Amino acid sequence: MKRTHPDRHGHFGIFGGRYAAETLMPALMELEKAFRAACRDAAFKKEFAFYLHEYAGRETPLYEARRLTEAIGGAKIYLKREDMNHTGSHKINNTLGQVLLARRMGKKKVIAETGAGQHGVATATAAALFGMECRVFMGEEDIRRQAHNVFRMKILGAEVVPVSAGTATLKDAMNEAMRAWVASVRDTFYVIGTTAGPHPYPVMVRDFQSVIGREAKRQILKKEGRLPDLLIACIGGGSNALGLFYPFLDDAGVAMTGVEAAGKGLSTGLHAASITEERIGVLHGNKTYLLQDEHGQVRDAYAIAAGLDYPGVGPEHAWLHDTGRARYVAVTDEEAVEAFVTLSRREGIIPALESAHAVAHAIKTIPAMAKDKIVIINLSGRGDKDAETIAESREEKE
Amino acid sequence: MGRIEERFTALKKEGRKAFVAYLTAGDPDLETTVKLIHALEAAGVDIVEIGVPFSDPTADGPIIQAASQRALKKGTYLEKILAMIVRLRRFSGIPIVLFGYYNPILNYGPEKFAADAASSGVDGLLVVDLPPEEADELRQYSDPVGLDFITLIAPTTDPKRARKILRRVTGFVYYISVTGVTGTAVPRPDDVRRDVKRLKGMTVLPVAVGFGISTPAQAATIAPLADGVVVGSALVRLIGEKGESDDLIPAAASFATEIRQAIDAACPPDSPVK
Repeated sequence: MKRTHPDRHGHFGIFGGRYAAETLMPALMELEKAFRAACRDAAFKKEFAFYLHEYAGRETPLYEARRLTEAIGGAKIYLKREDMNHTGSHKINNTLGQVLLARRMGKKKVIAETGAGQHGVATATAAALFGMECRVFMGEEDIRRQAHNVFRMKILGAEVVPVSAGTATLKDAMNEAMRAWVASVRDTFYVIGTTAGPHPYPVMVRDFQSVIGREAKRQILKKEGRLPDLLIACIGGGSNALGLFYPFLDDAGVAMTGVEAAGKGLSTGLHAASITEERIGVLHGNKTYLLQDEHGQVRDAYAIAAGLDYPGVGPEHAWLHDTGRARYVAVTDEEAVEAFVTLSRREGIIPALESAHAVAHAIKTIPAMAKDKIVIINLSGRGDKDAETIAESREEKE
Repeated sequence: MGRIEERFTALKKEGRKAFVAYLTAGDPDLETTVKLIHALEAAGVDIVEIGVPFSDPTADGPIIQAASQRALKKGTYLEKILAMIVRLRRFSGIPIVLFGYYNPILNYGPEKFAADAASSGVDGLLVVDLPPEEADELRQYSDPVGLDFITLIAPTTDPKRARKILRRVTGFVYYISVTGVTGTAVPRPDDVRRDVKRLKGMTVLPVAVGFGISTPAQAATIAPLADGVVVGSALVRLIGEKGESDDLIPAAASFATEIRQAIDAACPPDSPVK
């Protein structure tokens, strides 16, 4: 398969682009230029690699989950342990990259949006590390669901700005962060947490996150002497999935599956499965698959995992779906919670509810695969933050 | 010549400045929007920008966000807005700009939208999140049917980019006078003077200034510096406060009259752009 994406305006096929208000356009171009220059600069790459290793704690293990494999019965399962990163998820890979870039551009203030709080914490962490002022926009509903992460951000010195508009979740936090950026664009760097937003964000976040896939490839070749047969990762905006998938895109024998949140069930309308719904739209600066009503108004996403609670998806995923290179499926809250428990009990690893969606799909699909097949699941984050949500969901059931 | 160009040409002959008013369609409801536009026109508004409500208006401040939410709750969608404009056109020749975000248009179908908007009596489009780099996907349909494509220029737009944008603007140039979202900051006259002067050196099109003008005094300060001023959030706030009460229309009319008088007093006929 030939990859020619994105074009110079950030288009992946018909997706992506830069659908932004004029006030932001010059900043986006400046950012793109600075990002390209940093990518060519050996010193920047070295510095980024240094912090990933010395500070985030990379590389993360590629762990063979024998007891889970045994329990499911089928292909051999490896977990890419992004939950082992400093701050507890893959988000730190990207925030270290972007905050280093912000510093290089001479910006002293950063802003971010956050859903589950993982990206907010990771941004607040990187900002603390480099002495930058940090404001994180977070929906009030998410503040309630993820009180622990709110506390962490505050400890790290960040200001958490509650957003009450809409459903008060990730979409609304991102709206507010974009408005704040419009008003402060001259001295502020907007650290977007996923492979969405206007160009160059989808490319930049992907590149910073692709350390996941590069490591996984090296590790699996060392352990198994061959490439895996299947990669599985959860999809909200899609940064952990793209980070894993991207370095394997040219390896035709490696299948890849992105797992969206089917929430309370696709037929209920309460879900976050934008690729599965296949309706094209424009939100937050890019064209992609977007949950919307028949009038083009954006619908509220729903997912038990706050980090998947987003009505859009990164444009590169939309394109990978369109070209058939990756496959996209959706699992329900219930399946995710079950997988959360299974992995915890079988391996002593409590996954983030987001990552549990990937595990849930693995549980459904792996039994049909031969024992000599190899699957890598991206365990994008740890689940300590979700203890309360799990408790609530069990109470509901009882 | 389209209605927008006609209006600016007529104003120029009289040595007057354009008063552009923004209101959100369907707030408090579409019937009232028609009445409001009549009242605004009678009070001396030259061009009306009709806001198409969107669920995620990322370039708008809290006032227009709230108005959009109210209008959406009333079921104000593009189809109904175009039908409202057809009704309005039976007895009004005021130039109309549809102001909004791209997703409702994309969902409607850009080709069908352009045709329907033109036949409904819309004169121009201003799509906030459709910069020149992405605009062809709409303009390939809206240009041929004669819709002006009004484009924003921001304080952050450098001269090189401004020149590129101005090559393709039709109707008028909308200069955003503050670095921020709608209705949240007050423009600095010295900056506006400098920036508009620079723009006027690059284009023969009229330049209107908006995004932070909310009082008659501010309109009076900015009007002499440009070809027109846009008042949006202040009017939308008033409409929101009055809601469905009986004095909504008179209150909107008297606010518009005050702005009109302030603009005219600040720009006596035949005074040149300062």
